[in-house]
Amino acid sequence: MSEALLEVENLTVVYRGRRRRAPQPALQNISLRLHAGETLGIVGESGSGKSTLGKAVLGLVPIVEGAIRWRGRDITSVAPRERRVLSREIQAIFQDPYSSLNPHRTVGQSVLETLAASNEERSSNARSRAVSVLQHVGLDASAMERYPRQFSGGQRQRIAIARALLPDPTLIICDEVVSALDLSVQAQVINLLTDLQAEHGLSYLFITHDLSVVRHLCQRTIVLRHGRLVESGETAQVLDHPTDPYTERLVLAAPALDPDRQRERRLARRAAAMATN
Amino acid sequence: MSIAAEIEVEAPTADASIARAQPHFLRQAIARPSGAVCVVVILVIATACVAATWLAPYGPLEQDLLAARQGPSGAHLLGTDALGRDILSRLLFGGRVTLFGAVIAMTVFSVIGVTLGVIAGSTGGRVDRAITAAVELVQSMPGLIVLLVVLAIFGSSEPVAMVSLGILASPTLVRIVRTAAIAARAELFVTAARVAGLTARQIQQRHILPAVAGPAITQVTLFGAVAILTEAGLGVLGLGVQRPDPTWGNLVADAQDLLREHQWMLVPTGAILVVMSLALGLLGNAIRDAYSGRSLRSTQLEQTWKTMHVPMVATEPKAATPDTDALLSVRDLSVTVNDGTTVLVDAISFDVAVGESVGIVGESGCGKTMAVTAILRVTPPGSTVTAARCALEGRDLVALDERGINAVRGREIAYISQEPISSLDPSFTAGQQVVEAVRHHRGIGKAEATRVALQLFEQVHLPDPARVFASYPHELSGGMAQRVAIARALAGRPRLLIADEPTTALDVTVQAEILDLLREIRETTGMAIVLVTHDFGVLADSCDRALVMYGGRIVEDAPVRSLIYDPRHPYARALLASNPAEIPSGDRLPTIPGIVPPPDRWTVGCRFADRCPSARTDCCTTMIPMSAEDPDRRYLCIHPHLAAQLPEAVHA
Repeated sequence: MSEALLEVENLTVVYRGRRRRAPQPALQNISLRLHAGETLGIVGESGSGKSTLGKAVLGLVPIVEGAIRWRGRDITSVAPRERRVLSREIQAIFQDPYSSLNPHRTVGQSVLETLAASNEERSSNARSRAVSVLQHVGLDASAMERYPRQFSGGQRQRIAIARALLPDPTLIICDEVVSALDLSVQAQVINLLTDLQAEHGLSYLFITHDLSVVRHLCQRTIVLRHGRLVESGETAQVLDHPTDPYTERLVLAAPALDPDRQRERRLARRAAAMATN
Repeated sequence: MSIAAEIEVEAPTADASIARAQPHFLRQAIARPSGAVCVVVILVIATACVAATWLAPYGPLEQDLLAARQGPSGAHLLGTDALGRDILSRLLFGGRVTLFGAVIAMTVFSVIGVTLGVIAGSTGGRVDRAITAAVELVQSMPGLIVLLVVLAIFGSSEPVAMVSLGILASPTLVRIVRTAAIAARAELFVTAARVAGLTARQIQQRHILPAVAGPAITQVTLFGAVAILTEAGLGVLGLGVQRPDPTWGNLVADAQDLLREHQWMLVPTGAILVVMSLALGLLGNAIRDAYSGRSLRSTQLEQTWKTMHVPMVATEPKAATPDTDALLSVRDLSVTVNDGTTVLVDAISFDVAVGESVGIVGESGCGKTMAVTAILRVTPPGSTVTAARCALEGRDLVALDERGINAVRGREIAYISQEPISSLDPSFTAGQQVVEAVRHHRGIGKAEATRVALQLFEQVHLPDPARVFASYPHELSGGMAQRVAIARALAGRPRLLIADEPTTALDVTVQAEILDLLREIRETTGMAIVLVTHDFGVLADSCDRALVMYGGRIVEDAPVRSLIYDPRHPYARALLASNPAEIPSGDRLPTIPGIVPPPDRWTVGCRFADRCPSARTDCCTTMIPMSAEDPDRRYLCIHPHLAAQLPEAVHA
């Protein structure tokens, strides 16, 4: 296999204990590799550390142990200045399209923000590029002057995607990007992400709890629980033939769109629950 | 190309429909009558004082001993003082000093407060602790005494007094700005800005400062009133600017000297202080209300009290209503707002059989929650519920008054919500809340109710019931809190449980457990369930029958198996088709173009027509009747066979 784009090795993240509580390890000994043009699913429930993993790659949480390598270069603890340069290549989209855009700033201001690190934000070229990126995700140029509240949830998520695309990144961390969207809008956004990947050769680190989205989008998947990696592999392999009892529980718990299959799964779920207890 | 096609439909619809841009909060504050009046009063007084040289009829020290101690007259509009000096003129000249002093204090106050507050709030760590400590130190000093000491040292210097006042008062602002900055720092858009590569300084300027502007401006305005009153107070005490030079404080001191002989003088000199500080205080409140939208919320709250009891109005049944032996039978149930002009739920009819589990499914904005809350008449304030019939076990709930429906709530029809933790009162233990519900619904003593509550806790399979019994809601996980909420719902031994997205906020493994629990309760107690969900998987797992809602109407009512294996309505069909799990990786997902139309755009004809692949012209123009050929299922579509011929809903 070619050299990995992103490599995470034995990553451990510990959150400082709040008040009298002891420090909590949010991630323990996580390793993963992501190749160019690939989508890696990171699956887990609340408290699994899946969002922390994304934040660690983005340099938003302190790393206690382990290494993160970007194109073979160690970026575990780079200086803020270098991190800003890196932000051109590694971008992110977040779950909540309502709070990830500042309500007091126009869409144009928010979208252009991703160019601030390279001081291109104010150039006229940047503006025309922002307009073309917005058009690319399906909005028109007039969106630049308007405020986030004038857009629907699906449109805001498109704005967030445009914002992440603007510096022409290589990797986009997608943290529950479709969880807050309605089913029909969710499908539109997933198609958009697929198209963009095909066009630009983007890689995604796709963080989600939704196994059906993972099955559709991700070539490989890792499953996290309580900050530990419990299973990883080809998505179909992980979801259809889970080896870890937790993954199995997770797969059985995700409701299938089929009353008959759902009845079987319910029985299997009960059996699995009895086995694990 | 396909994306563009999809979105073209979406953009214009959403454009006009989603609320207009709100004006800046300062403009909003001034747009309120109280805010506007205050601004005008402040500006008029301030301008008059600044222009005193030209406006004042007399000089500030010009005496006319023959006209001493006069009341208002043509020559002296506000009368004269002990030396026959014109009070109006002295007020105008005095205002310059007092207001200038207030401006100095406010400037010092805001510069220190905002700077330190933003630094403390957005930096955190040691810097934050140092600033907080300094602030606490200043706050613990007796302000007035410090001010007097400063005046004693600097010899009654007005600017020094005002600067000191600004410094002494600034801790309040530091704290408020710090809190607002910390809140802003936790916003997702600040994280997004960090990811975008902005420097700490850029983040402060773009995202933190605008967020603290509202609270800061409010506080500065309110402090303006304090500054004016303090300046006047110093004048009365004989500190600050010395008499005979006029300040508003000195004028009050003059009036005080003449308290016996010439009471009138206290009126204009006192009134100017009252008016000015009142105007600043009210303006501060108006600004605060505008940026926090609080006054909006308080009027809503007021409305809640007024329309707390949503009456249910009986309407003439449109269709013949066959008497059913259903547990719950609803006919033509509608919810409207804005005095009936906006319809949120449009004449829906459905039945729930004894022990049946009925799922209401659809996307957000289709009226699912509104429909089920209308049955219990707990719709939001300002809404009106109408129905031809809403009968529980044959008893019509439409005719019941507020007392009557209140007896039904919880006892015959129970309700659990999407947010299990916030649906419980944070100040009581889980046990107390369930015991209270048991006592209320069953009318039994505390000891007996406690025993029943513990039984209920076991029935909902709470691990370690005794421990959960003594726990407060915040100590419970989402799944446990939902079990407690279910136990509480069971307290009245209801015949029907309305569960509004009961598992949406929970993890999938917990969701599965809660759904299994609801199934078990239904099987053991014969209780029927109306389950509101947006997740077809949950529907497939837990429901016997499905009601698909779109645009405030039920567009399909069918047994779940029939719906999922053979949907008739194009909307149901398209939603089912867009489930990503069934589509191989790499393939495009079938999508529905456009968005769910908002209620003010609902038409008479089919509301799905503009997104429907098989729509024809007659879909939009005619009133669509419910299909009637199959007693087991009905749908609101006149061309269902067209949809059925398409291989998949819409392959974009």
